[in-house]
Amino acid sequence: MTARASRRQRPLSPFMIGPYYRPQLTSMMSISHRISGVLLSLGALLVAAWLIAVASGPEAYSGFASFANSLPGQLLAAALVVAIVYHWLNGLRHLAWDLGVGLEIPKAYASGWTVVVATVLISALLLWLLLSGGAR
Amino acid sequence: MSALLRNPLKNARGLGAAREGTGHFIAQRLTAIALAPLSIWFLVAAVGLVDGGYAESRVFLAQPWNAVLMAAFVIALFHHARLGLEVVIEDYIHQRALELALKVAVKFIAALAVIASLLAIVRIALGA
Repeated sequence: MTARASRRQRPLSPFMIGPYYRPQLTSMMSISHRISGVLLSLGALLVAAWLIAVASGPEAYSGFASFANSLPGQLLAAALVVAIVYHWLNGLRHLAWDLGVGLEIPKAYASGWTVVVATVLISALLLWLLLSGGAR
Repeated sequence: MSALLRNPLKNARGLGAAREGTGHFIAQRLTAIALAPLSIWFLVAAVGLVDGGYAESRVFLAQPWNAVLMAAFVIALFHHARLGLEVVIEDYIHQRALELALKVAVKFIAALAVIASLLAIVRIALGA
């Protein structure tokens, strides 16, 4: 009975990070891949909303555009840009791993840092392009 | 030793102990490979259309090749998103009923979104 109670209170996998377990680049990038994927699923619904709005006519489109141009819409768009860049680059890393390429720990760290730096640079470029093009 | 006791058909099928999952794994990678170029195409198009408004989006999607690529994009996108969300739900939701309900919801929402997107693309492409 007591053994079972103590077993129940042991920290479990996702909650060990922090007090019990020092996070590494690789694990943080893994969970970031999932978080960006979940965010991009929301972005996928926005793609569908855009298509439906264009098909439905100018009034429906202006409703979509007014959301896209609002502050929450712009912030969401910026987050989606960073998420797609990261998920795309890190996805290539995963596909390489699936082929058995780059699985050695030093290589996994090197590709990891490459993805982090490339995400920052490419996201900044895309956001700059969007802001300079779509300034209203 | 255990390899000797295993029926070769088991290895040929490659289904593992749960008898499923391989298809999910392969579909996740195949849709990822499809989305790698399609998402770049979509981003370039989106950056170009952000200024244009309704008319430009309509003209863009009415082009046959753009309609085809957009259809391919949304099919791969929602399939990939559905597969990924299912794995996330399976990994983090430990209450069986909620897990099942969320997975069913994800499947239905993804299916509806694909159908609506494709219908929208067809309507625009055919000028309806």
